[in-house]
Amino acid sequence: MKTIESITIYGGLNKNGIQERVRKIELKKGDIIGIVGPTGSGKSSLVSDIEQIAQEDTNTLRKVLINHATPSLKERRDPRLKMIAQLSQNMNFIADMTVEEFLIMHSKCRNKDKRIIHDVIESANLLTGEAIQLQDNLTALSGGQSRALMVADVAIISESPIVLIDEIENAGIRKHEALDMLSGKGKIIFVVTHDPVIALTTGKRIIMKDGGMDELINTSAQESVISCDLGLIDQYMLNLRELIRTGQTIEQLELQLTNV
Amino acid sequence: MKMIIVAGTPGAGKTSVLVHIIKHLQSRDIHPSVVKIDCIYSEDAERFKKLGVPALLGLSKDMCPDHYSIYNTWEMLEFAEKNRSEMLILETAGLCHRCAPYTQNCLGVCVIDSTSGPNTPRKVGPFLSSADVVAITKGDIISQAEREIFRERILEMNPTCSVTDVNGLTGYGSYELADHFLSATDGSFDNDTLRHTAPFSVCTLCVGEMRVNRKYHRGLLRKINGIQEYTGE
Repeated sequence: MKTIESITIYGGLNKNGIQERVRKIELKKGDIIGIVGPTGSGKSSLVSDIEQIAQEDTNTLRKVLINHATPSLKERRDPRLKMIAQLSQNMNFIADMTVEEFLIMHSKCRNKDKRIIHDVIESANLLTGEAIQLQDNLTALSGGQSRALMVADVAIISESPIVLIDEIENAGIRKHEALDMLSGKGKIIFVVTHDPVIALTTGKRIIMKDGGMDELINTSAQESVISCDLGLIDQYMLNLRELIRTGQTIEQLELQLTNV
Repeated sequence: MKMIIVAGTPGAGKTSVLVHIIKHLQSRDIHPSVVKIDCIYSEDAERFKKLGVPALLGLSKDMCPDHYSIYNTWEMLEFAEKNRSEMLILETAGLCHRCAPYTQNCLGVCVIDSTSGPNTPRKVGPFLSSADVVAITKGDIISQAEREIFRERILEMNPTCSVTDVNGLTGYGSYELADHFLSATDGSFDNDTLRHTAPFSVCTLCVGEMRVNRKYHRGLLRKINGIQEYTGE
């Protein structure tokens, strides 16, 4: 697989057929960018344009370049050459096969040794409460288990230099661990999110509106500080979640916020 | 004349995909004629007419729709010629998995629904394995991994086909498919032949027998134990 130095997105049209305000976005190796906006504002369409490396051939007429060039059709389609891994919003699998068959088949598609399926299961089980077994039926997994398996599968089998992550906060899996698993060093990462903690940990964010990229905001130094504080609140909430999930009771609120 | 034959299971999205392709063709100044074949009922021809293309509906009723479309190929080609079309697009009913409606000189396009599961490419038989182009629909509903597995299974069944992901709602992929339509060869159909034999059915049920008791069955009968025999005079 070739080294990826940059990805460039040229703006197309929004839902009303008007040019989107952001005309060009270029990201370099190691960049993490958020995609935010109300539901229905076009976040998932943007992600799918990137996944398909759109060449003015989708509804939005956006154009995506890798290393300032149009990739070949084979690079855009063949999973063995694919440069992009995507965790979509899907919460369930529909393929009627066991977890093992699925992982073996997918590792074959991505040209990986099938022994890595054990790493996938191990990683997935770090993210979910009830452990997933190789012999489980894929369609019978719970929402959280499916999501955890999708994350581990994207991280290990679809391992690619560009990663698209759509609403990782869904389905009650451990989101920070999941995000760490997906974001290796030197990758370009797009994160669609409604979660302020995740949104502010990115370097910049695209604001979506009416199906178009409306604004590009760099995370300010102050926002980075706030992001750290929010991280504490978030950690506190996650701890409470674990306590409640395991049948414990909560006696009092123990959160101290000095800077707010 | 180019002839494009589009096959695929019901609900796979053949008509939706074709609507997007036809718009691309029109923007490139190509004016196809469209024929939809179905059995009992279809509103699809009306959807095509709304695009301003000449469209014809053929209902095969109680006859096999693929046999019906083969008997009517000539009439359909004449229909397209009369409309001065450069291209005839034939959308088949897509009912059973035994045959493939493609002829040697047409462009055979198979539309297949990826949410039908990764075993589907192994089940659908000749209309997938003898297609030139395979269009996979509804990929936006499943995970990237499942999409990749589905694609792999298609290539196992038909290693030489060209595979395109297409979205019947947004039109993604239809531009690429329109390119395939345009690069189809201008065929002559006088000596054209089918790529695969039409479904086997030569028994008295074909001509209206309704009794199920085995003593009434005549013709070439295939039993579940593997024995095939001719019963009758």
